[in-house]
Amino acid sequence: MKTIQKKESREPLLRISKRDYMPTWQALGVRLIGLVIALVICAIIIYAIVKLNPLKVYGAMFVGAFGTSKRMWVTIRDTMMLLCIAVGLAPAFKMKFWNIGAEGQVLMGGVVAAGCMIYLDTYVPTIPLIVIMFIGGAIAGGLWGWAPGFFKAKWNTNETLFTLMMNYIAIQLTSYFVALWENPFGSNSVGVINPNTRIGWFPHIFGQMYTLNVIIVAILVVAMYIYLNYSKHGFEIAVVGDSENTARYAAIDVKKVIVRTMVLSGAVCGIAGALAVAGASHTISTSTAGGQGFTAIIVAWLAKFNTFAMVPISALLVFLSKGSMEIASRYNLSDYVSSMITGIILFFILGSEFFIRFNLKFRSKKKEASES
Amino acid sequence: METKNAVRMVDITKTFGPVVANNKVSLTIDKGEILSLLGENGSGKTTLMNMLSGIYLPDSGQIYVNGEKVTIASPRDAFALHIGMIHQHFKLVDVLTAAENIVLGLNESPLVDLKNVRADVKDICDRYGFVVEPDKKVYDMSVSEKQTLEIVKVLYRGADILILDEPTAVLTPQETDKLFAVMRNMQADGKAIVIITHKLHEVMAISDRVAVLRKGEYIGDVPTSETSPQKLTDMMVGKATALNIDRPEPENLTERLVVKDLTVVDSDGVKRLDNVSFTAYGGEILGIAGISGSGQKELLEAIAGLQRIEAGGSIVYTPREGDGEAEELVGKSPMDIKKKGVRLAFVPEDRLGMGLVGNMNIPDNMMLKSYDAGRSVFTDRKTPRDLGASIIEQLEVVTPGLSTPVRRLSGGNVQKVLVGREIAAHPSLLMTAYAVRGLDINTSYTIYHLLNEQKQLGTAVIYVGEDLDVLLELCDRILVLCAGKVSGVVNGRETKKEEVGLLMTHLKEEAQA
Repeated sequence: MKTIQKKESREPLLRISKRDYMPTWQALGVRLIGLVIALVICAIIIYAIVKLNPLKVYGAMFVGAFGTSKRMWVTIRDTMMLLCIAVGLAPAFKMKFWNIGAEGQVLMGGVVAAGCMIYLDTYVPTIPLIVIMFIGGAIAGGLWGWAPGFFKAKWNTNETLFTLMMNYIAIQLTSYFVALWENPFGSNSVGVINPNTRIGWFPHIFGQMYTLNVIIVAILVVAMYIYLNYSKHGFEIAVVGDSENTARYAAIDVKKVIVRTMVLSGAVCGIAGALAVAGASHTISTSTAGGQGFTAIIVAWLAKFNTFAMVPISALLVFLSKGSMEIASRYNLSDYVSSMITGIILFFILGSEFFIRFNLKFRSKKKEASES
Repeated sequence: METKNAVRMVDITKTFGPVVANNKVSLTIDKGEILSLLGENGSGKTTLMNMLSGIYLPDSGQIYVNGEKVTIASPRDAFALHIGMIHQHFKLVDVLTAAENIVLGLNESPLVDLKNVRADVKDICDRYGFVVEPDKKVYDMSVSEKQTLEIVKVLYRGADILILDEPTAVLTPQETDKLFAVMRNMQADGKAIVIITHKLHEVMAISDRVAVLRKGEYIGDVPTSETSPQKLTDMMVGKATALNIDRPEPENLTERLVVKDLTVVDSDGVKRLDNVSFTAYGGEILGIAGISGSGQKELLEAIAGLQRIEAGGSIVYTPREGDGEAEELVGKSPMDIKKKGVRLAFVPEDRLGMGLVGNMNIPDNMMLKSYDAGRSVFTDRKTPRDLGASIIEQLEVVTPGLSTPVRRLSGGNVQKVLVGREIAAHPSLLMTAYAVRGLDINTSYTIYHLLNEQKQLGTAVIYVGEDLDVLLELCDRILVLCAGKVSGVVNGRETKKEEVGLLMTHLKEEAQA
């Protein structure tokens, strides 16, 4: 038989207790401090490894994202895309339903939108076609959201695994359609769809290519905010997310809410897919979603499902990725350096949440003395 | 230093926020004895033992093990002192085998030598008469097998002092007998055993000595041979104390809820309610007494449509005159019950986990009951806000403001919000579970007053309580549950505390049998 050696033990050095509240301005301050510390640490690392002036490097990042009008619009376009997916994830995560499947939902929306462009270009003019693409994308994404929601409601399957695996199905389906629509033959890609007629492409508004992207996503941001905060559905989502027991007690049909919310979540992600095809790349490939379905999870959580808060957060993330790409190419750094910078900044912003939620108390010297 | 005491706890105090779980409790455990720790729920038995097993640190007081003063800061410290506890809720990893669970957390070497473990386990089993299959996965085990494994696990770690927290709650009578036999074998081997329980006949059957706790206070200890169930009940429930709660005479009694042959079986296949039948009348307060876990929760939830009910049961609700037809509630979901216009208000035991949403503010919590009223897609935010404001004013809820999440309020204020909301819906049937648990005296009286008001308005009030003094002074009739069965219905004005106490522990029936 085994015995465990006795060790001298006394009060723990550090006690962590849950804070019940921190005023908003103070919480914002903690996050800002986190960001500043992150920038300082990045600066030290940049200097230590590549012996470059960190301020110059940060300046280059800024140029990379906003240096020219074209760059700025690309940054805005990508921000809108990320924001749109995050808005789609908001209802699911507010319900504490781990929708890791945005990637697949975006792809399915994109595939249907591309299909509409390819098959309907001779029958339907651009504006109605765009409407059809969006409806089709929403249905496809909604279906991709419905499946895990239905199985969760009916058989309590694990939604994290389910949505994740749905991504792979979506990727394989997408490669099937890419092969089917291959153009030119042998290129193993769909190429730009309707390059000459530009049917199904977003029209220029105010002389800008991506104005419509901004308008559509802005509408979604506002609509989702109202839906989540002022509608009966939104209230049900909040209750189910906080406690299923309470929801059952309050006569909320939990299963119905789960399925309905997941259809909505998938549908908005599907719209993001249509947006990527009609409003940005005008093609479809397995990398159309490009990992943004995962990045959007960070956005949704950092924003605490507040769609307005998602705007600056998406902008920050896209800025970081554009900026790091720029410094990587300008200073001949490997891609890893830029990923590292992004990682450090995210780590500190996420880490600051810990200090907002918890209180740290060190063992006081006095108490110890009186005890011994 | 060799002493007779295996453990001596002196002046142990432990508080959780404003709640005093143990107040200057002193307890000794002798070597080679089986000690029963007896007390009602919430009397602080488990808390006291958790401090011995390293789950909690006492706020003040000393613990001596084998005469030596010790600090037990973690379960690891407890094991080092040869103290092992078998918790009510098993702490096993389902996907591992028995042997793997036994060595889990020992970390004595990077490689797990399961062969030796098997041999050691077999040794322990042979010595005390256990049956454990070392390679069986925990998820394949019955409840009693899991418990056996828990005991073997602490013995393997060298425990000489074993604490069993309500071990028989989950066992059949045959399994209980087997457990008792094993306990006697361990006692013969010189181990000290503490059994936490509130079943008197088991106390009488197994233990050498009984220590009684009541409301966090140490009442005393007696050798089992010198006491009787009646004496122990008196120690456990204490002398009746006058609380001077108002009790208006019931008027215009009308049948409101007729429950017949209600049986509820939980997911483990254990009968939580067994053929329960009773009637609740509008205009009276029906108290429900019983040791915690005797089926109170299931009963209320079954009426509210939250429990699956076995075939053959019936719950008929008759509304007030002119408020619709009588309804059969069995087979209806909470949604159906709400749609049928059943005026049912329910203050559940788990206030923040069921009755309210902790992260939401008061108006949003008001909305829980009424959010779907009207045809609009949007929620009506003004009515709940007004209701919240009026509840804050009328019930004197202390809160920084309407927008404060309710989890930040104190227990008493949380309960006022919940009860206030339920009463605001003008119920015909009001069910409350442990409505005054953890509340201060003033708030408790506010709640009693509200319940009496409802009673005088002709509402049928069902009051599930744990404090017998309150039940005896507040309720018109008291239904006593014991292990899911109705063991009696008594008149609240005539009964005695001892009578209810005995019904709770089922002694009447056993004495007759």
